[in-house]
Amino acid sequence: MEESVAVAELRETFKSGRTRSVAWRKNQLRALIDLINENEDSIFKALHQDLGKHPVESYRDEVGVILKSASYTLSCLDKWVAPRKSELPWLLFPAKGEVQPEPLGVVLIFASWNFPITLALDPLIGAISAGNTVLLKPSELAPACLSFLIETIPHYLDNKAIKVVGGRVEVAERLLQLKWDKIFFTGSPRVGRLVMAAAARYLTPVTLELGAKCPAIVDILSSPFKTKVAAKRIVGGKWGPCTGQACISIDYLLVEEKFASTLIELLKKYIKRFYGENIKDLKSIARIVNKHNFQRLHNLLKDPNVAASVVYGGSVDEDKLVIEPTILLDPPLDSEIMTEEIFGPLLPIITVKKIEESIDFINSKPNPLVIYAFTEDETFKKRILSETSSGTVTFNDSMIQFLCDTLPFGGVGQSGFGRYHGKYSFDTFSHEKAVLHRGFFPELEPRYPPWTNFKLMFIKLAYKFDYLGLILLMMGLKKS
Amino acid sequence: MEKEVMALRECYRSGKTKQMSWRRSQLRGLRDFLKEKEVEIFRALNQDLGKHYVEAFRDEVGILNKSLNFVFKELKTWMSTTEAKLPIIALNSSAQLVPEPLGLVLVISTWNFPLALSLEPLIGAIAAGNAVVLKPSELAPACSSLLVNSLPNYLDNEAIKVIEGGPAVGEQLLQQKWDKIFFTGSPRVGRIVMSAAAKHLTPVTLELGGKCPAVLDSLSRSWDKEASVKRIIWAKYGSCAGQACISVDYLLVEKAFSSTAVELMKVMIKKVFGDNPKESQSVARIINKHHFLRLKNLLTDEMVKDSIIYGGSMDEDSLFVEPTILLDPPLHSKIMTEEIFGPVIPIITLDKIEDSIDFINSRPKPLAIYAFTNNEVFKERMISETSSGSVVFNDAIVQFAADTLPFGGIGESGIGKYHGKFSFDTFSHYKSIARRNLYTDFWFRFPPWTNYKLELLETAFNYDYFGMLLVLLGLKRSRKRFHIN
Repeated sequence: MEESVAVAELRETFKSGRTRSVAWRKNQLRALIDLINENEDSIFKALHQDLGKHPVESYRDEVGVILKSASYTLSCLDKWVAPRKSELPWLLFPAKGEVQPEPLGVVLIFASWNFPITLALDPLIGAISAGNTVLLKPSELAPACLSFLIETIPHYLDNKAIKVVGGRVEVAERLLQLKWDKIFFTGSPRVGRLVMAAAARYLTPVTLELGAKCPAIVDILSSPFKTKVAAKRIVGGKWGPCTGQACISIDYLLVEEKFASTLIELLKKYIKRFYGENIKDLKSIARIVNKHNFQRLHNLLKDPNVAASVVYGGSVDEDKLVIEPTILLDPPLDSEIMTEEIFGPLLPIITVKKIEESIDFINSKPNPLVIYAFTEDETFKKRILSETSSGTVTFNDSMIQFLCDTLPFGGVGQSGFGRYHGKYSFDTFSHEKAVLHRGFFPELEPRYPPWTNFKLMFIKLAYKFDYLGLILLMMGLKKS
Repeated sequence: MEKEVMALRECYRSGKTKQMSWRRSQLRGLRDFLKEKEVEIFRALNQDLGKHYVEAFRDEVGILNKSLNFVFKELKTWMSTTEAKLPIIALNSSAQLVPEPLGLVLVISTWNFPLALSLEPLIGAIAAGNAVVLKPSELAPACSSLLVNSLPNYLDNEAIKVIEGGPAVGEQLLQQKWDKIFFTGSPRVGRIVMSAAAKHLTPVTLELGGKCPAVLDSLSRSWDKEASVKRIIWAKYGSCAGQACISVDYLLVEKAFSSTAVELMKVMIKKVFGDNPKESQSVARIINKHHFLRLKNLLTDEMVKDSIIYGGSMDEDSLFVEPTILLDPPLHSKIMTEEIFGPVIPIITLDKIEDSIDFINSRPKPLAIYAFTNNEVFKERMISETSSGSVVFNDAIVQFAADTLPFGGIGESGIGKYHGKFSFDTFSHYKSIARRNLYTDFWFRFPPWTNYKLELLETAFNYDYFGMLLVLLGLKRSRKRFHIN
């Protein structure tokens, strides 16, 4: 079986210690930067082929993200690999405590198809920076990008330490039968469960980056200018990244009834400006990844109660796998479009009487990866923060939290566990080893039997770090 | 049971457990429990494991008090929001991290430190603001009863429940949906817990075990030799009779040094544990007949019994095994392949002490590696060439008491870590908050796309503010990067 041979080689390489050297890690990261810079055109072409992404979208969401992530990691790596000192109590004197990060070993990364370059290479950056060997399994649903990675990576990166494997579900299943030191998975909760169950056999730690319906709350804002900015960001955040096929896409909106029509008009205006007037003139927007997902989305619209709630768009082009940006107003809450993660260019708007009701609405659904809230009301912001749970909360914008190297990116509950980006990537692929250095002198006799009340008193005071008490006890001035 | 869990969820939803005042009140309740029930605790530990009350204080009550004090001092800081630095380009934006509880936590404890391993995770879960179900081990029945009967008098019963029972109850609990499961126990059961958790995508911390090796270098100073041996035998026999995940499991020494080591060990065992450890209870007893027989089988194994050079006597009625030393039992015997969890120490002799590194690496990653040496080069090699939960030089077990060191395993020895702030973190979700304003915008974020916008995006990603200025002023030509419209 090919995969086990590959894994065996990765294990040998890891054992050799080569990947632990910081020089090796930096070389790989630099090589990755070269890979991106020298193949930008091919990457744009592959993304256009797989998903219809415009090169600027591809730069913004994939090429630029990876370049930024790799450079940031390179500039911080020396700091991250250094042991961190831990303060120890005087009681343990003489002692030195540190936390030393070390690689976990052989890592398996599953990437998803919607950001086939970013979701493959960003975790790879983390795994390399932490000193691991890696097997990368990009998604077969983005075949051009998969081919690109399979063909290009071996020319730039250390083949014996970093391998790319293609193939479909059967390959993934075979990979999950093998022993890994860490599995990093981006994808759906359904498959996330299978990955974790397989990992349990070998007690392999996992990071699961999943999804869920990410809501955007839109409050009434204080000026038309701000409302326009908000509308632009909503439109850009819904249809901009992979036409809504992103785990952090805005899934649905929550607005007050009286504000809905104003908002819808603004949304329509920006949709037309950004993406075109109608489905024939659609530009600067990705397409649906394959027929299966196209059918799934089309079916969401076919429900008659849902179809009746369409207020903009709704047209589809099955040959081109395109669905135009579509807005729905108050589809039935029990319809599939409101119970399943949409992952497509359909935006339901749910109206509430008072915007504060959006909190209960959100809490009635699984914890999302992100909650977006467009509001200037500081009290309302506080309530959202303390009364809801999500991976992230972003106020007054969409998507940008993904770009912050200093913010952990990950979910909670159904949206996953574990996190990455920036140093969090390094940490997620590292083991923090505690190292305690002790001296032989002095020896604290009260640690050992035979037991006496004196020793018990000593231990009691010791745990309280009551050094004065200890001195008094040892001088016989404290009764045991 | 489903009803109980639902009630807990309602309670959590009410937001009560998130309040700092609630958390502090529960931690105070635990402190009062440890103080007021000290006599009952000692009695229960003596009944279940034959622990002397000083050992019980040292390993269970005292440790918990220390942890509680540390949490009281630090809780406010831990709960606070921290700022995340953003690049200049994120004009007028700010980002923060705020910890929040995960929700409903299940803590499954074990029998060897039945108080400590139940309450230490509980402290962490409470500090982080969760609602908790604690399931103590049924194999330490006196302690389990004590927790079930007494804790409710000290804690908020709506939010914290103690549920007694054996594997059947454990299985029922694992069927429920939890927001976090914290498990201490064997790798075998750890797998079962993780598989069950997978159904609900529940994050887990697994504190498991392994064979923790001690490496004893040929030391020259007699003080060093004596202190090392004393600490080794104490870490083997002195804490729950070797039934601890961080006990020294086996010892590696150079052939040339082995007789010195053995003689010293015999002397120290007598000195520390006395002539009659069973009477003086300086060594605890084995938890139950099942484990007693397990150890008996390890020792009466044909291949192994000839390697017993000290001790070896076992009393089935009192479940007592005296401190025992083996010299070079066969490496493929059960005693060298399974975690011993008992007062028996195999000594494996090596040609060179550096061979210990390969020896350790050829086995599953342990929770701790103990190395007694003054050789700085060897220490460096030990740190960088082996992998374990922790490495301790010139002592053993004490890392458990350090609030600032993460306590957890890797590989077969576990997933996740706790103690001190690591406990708080393991039961928290750190929510990121990104705050932006609506005054300004980068118009080049939005389509329709042009090469010009691409150029600006690129300078933005590179934090190339000067370059961005040049592009904006029209002083930098944007090369045609793409041909698609």
